[in-house]
Amino acid sequence: MISNFGNLLLSLNIFLSFVIIYCALKCLKTSGKLISKTIYQISTLQSTIIIICFFTLVAAFIISDFSLTTVYQNSHTLKPTFYKIAGTWGNHEGSLLLWVIILTIFSFLFLVFTKKHPKEFRIFTLIIQNILIVGFLFFILFNSNPFSVLSPIPIEGLGLNPILQDPALAIHPPLLYIGFVGSSIYFSAAMASLLTNYSHTSFAHSIKNWVLISWCFQSLGILVGSIWAYYELGWGGFWFWDPVENVSLLPWFAMTALFHSLIVFEKRGLFYFWVITLCLLTFILSVTGTFLVRSGILNSVHTFASDPARGIYILLFLTLMIFTSIFLFFKKYKKENYDLNPNSKETFILVNNWFMIFYLITIFLGTIYPIFTDVITGSKISVGPPFYNMVILPIVAIFLLVMTIGPKVKWIKERFENFKNYLFILLGSILINFLIVFLFKSYSVLSNLIIISALFLIISSLLDAVKSLKNKKIDFAQIISHASFGFLVLFIGLNNIFSIEKDYNIKLGETKNFSNYSIKLQNLELEEYSNYKAIIGELEIINTKTSKKNILRPEIRIYDNPQTLTYEAAIKTSILKDYYLTMSNIDRSEYYNIKFQKKPLMIWIWISVIMIVFGGFLRFFQNAKNN
Amino acid sequence: MQRIIKISFLITLFFIIGVFFIGLNKDANYNTISLVGKKISNINLEHFEDNTFYKDNDLKKNNYTLINFWASWCAPCRDEHPLLIQLSKEKNLKILGINFKDKKNQADKFLNDLGNPYDFLAKDEQGKHSVIFGIYGIPESILVNKDLVILKKFVGPLSFEDISNIIKIIN
Repeated sequence: MISNFGNLLLSLNIFLSFVIIYCALKCLKTSGKLISKTIYQISTLQSTIIIICFFTLVAAFIISDFSLTTVYQNSHTLKPTFYKIAGTWGNHEGSLLLWVIILTIFSFLFLVFTKKHPKEFRIFTLIIQNILIVGFLFFILFNSNPFSVLSPIPIEGLGLNPILQDPALAIHPPLLYIGFVGSSIYFSAAMASLLTNYSHTSFAHSIKNWVLISWCFQSLGILVGSIWAYYELGWGGFWFWDPVENVSLLPWFAMTALFHSLIVFEKRGLFYFWVITLCLLTFILSVTGTFLVRSGILNSVHTFASDPARGIYILLFLTLMIFTSIFLFFKKYKKENYDLNPNSKETFILVNNWFMIFYLITIFLGTIYPIFTDVITGSKISVGPPFYNMVILPIVAIFLLVMTIGPKVKWIKERFENFKNYLFILLGSILINFLIVFLFKSYSVLSNLIIISALFLIISSLLDAVKSLKNKKIDFAQIISHASFGFLVLFIGLNNIFSIEKDYNIKLGETKNFSNYSIKLQNLELEEYSNYKAIIGELEIINTKTSKKNILRPEIRIYDNPQTLTYEAAIKTSILKDYYLTMSNIDRSEYYNIKFQKKPLMIWIWISVIMIVFGGFLRFFQNAKNN
Repeated sequence: MQRIIKISFLITLFFIIGVFFIGLNKDANYNTISLVGKKISNINLEHFEDNTFYKDNDLKKNNYTLINFWASWCAPCRDEHPLLIQLSKEKNLKILGINFKDKKNQADKFLNDLGNPYDFLAKDEQGKHSVIFGIYGIPESILVNKDLVILKKFVGPLSFEDISNIIKIIN
């Protein structure tokens, strides 16, 4: 029943997309400036139907309808309702349905919110967006159908991957998808702009909020993923340069470059073709990311839903998208002559873009390099953190310096008069850096350089805030985001230098001592929960200097469906530091292996990212208000 | 000039997408069969305790050598450790342990706590030398004969079946 209903809705949606394309083409021939009401109505219907379609699948998950293959493979009657719902998008088929929802809703919202812009431009955007929708709907219907049936109907499901049963991970995919798929709308808009020769600066106006909103959600998605990796994977790190993480960063860099160069395009009418390139690139990278993750072409610790057979379809779709956009771009491309003053805001933003593209290319190459060596030489390799740290970290210091000066430089031309101020701030930063290093006795040239440049950015941003408060011309959004980025780099740097890690085998009642700490395994308990059993260790950690006591309870969980062992870290977060403890059993022994970590300023790393995104949202609302 | 840029850009894109297409048809799982029968050469492994190095000739003295990659931080390595201890009693086999991206004091503690099955012990602090052996993750073990030809490669922790398999081969 549910299956038929779902398939009917999917087919209906394909039909509606074709109707929209047809009506849109017809509307192009009319002379009026307005888009016909029918198109609005069909678009509303299209969005409504795809939402109903999605909730039909959610319902199937809630009532555990195992006649659907997707539900059977990814759910279980014993699973808490919240995770049953999250299971809807925790798999390939469901997550693709989420793709199409975002494609459709963004298409509808763009139509509604761009009434001030030329009709042809809006209609072409709508047509291209609907071509994308049709492409994905065909893929869903014929290749990855969440409503495909299973007969005979199984009594029980296979359950969801236990490490995916987590609140952070339940909201991680939707957030990331709004970012990834949200970029489709400015891909379509850029194509429409090329097709209709709409290269006026108001084009920037039509897409800038869409870029911002997708950027904000993309950043939040990456943040939530990192937080999840931090407390769930049990390694105590939050970024592993894993291919799946990398592909989420690629469009992020493109988006960041894009909304900065959009500022230049809007204010000065420069960089039109560069803006178009970035619009196209962002969505192409999003689809490339989906291809790399979903096709199984890359091995990664956390590809949970991959299938090589599906890769072919996504790759064909991607190829088509790339070559159509390139063909159009080359056809319309005209050489632009810029006369940029080296000391102007335009130049600084261009430099920012170079940095973004540098990071993007580095990470892209690192991510796909293993595929190349495999195909060409037949050897399996993996590119790990040392490569990324070596190439990216030294550049961060220079990037921060440019980021500090850039926003304060005037458009067109600036005179070098603030030089003295910068020198003072730089000296201040160096002083603070050495104070930190002296107090905590740790030293590495690179991390010092990064800390100095981060401090330089923070102090200078804060001074700006104070100065502009007096003039009442303060750009909160930019200052908050930039200063928070400085803080982010600073906290990551300090966290990196001052983390402590200890590894012991310990048995019940035993105490281990090191530097200022003692750890005792006080108690072990076995507890039964609805869908797993847990061995819970109770460890007392005493700071011998301050005699402060902390109790941490790491768990070893044994899930029933499917039978899986996971290690749950115990984390005690405080303002200045996190204690992080994981425990694992050692076979045929009364000992447990524990890994204790002291990670300074962890919470501030998360807060910095939230503040960066907050700046983005602030800018979004400012823009929306000014419209 | 612009035309050349366009053409080379397109060629690059075709190349990348072509590689993706071929990559899709390749077996994504790590397969070790192709390594069997290949010869290992130019061994240059740093001794665990001092700065001397193990070379090819050190291993050519043994009838069979099992090269085992391990680390104290690796949980599955703990699981396979008792099996390695059992294997160390075999007369026809020497075990070379390569301590992978580990800290010396922690590795020492690991061996003190769980026993030392290794006849030779080397370290690979950066993980660079292990790449030469085609190591993808740890634990992994490679069984070689006197001529340093790979007889078998084990990905992941050794199991009871693996152990009996090894014993069969060496006897």
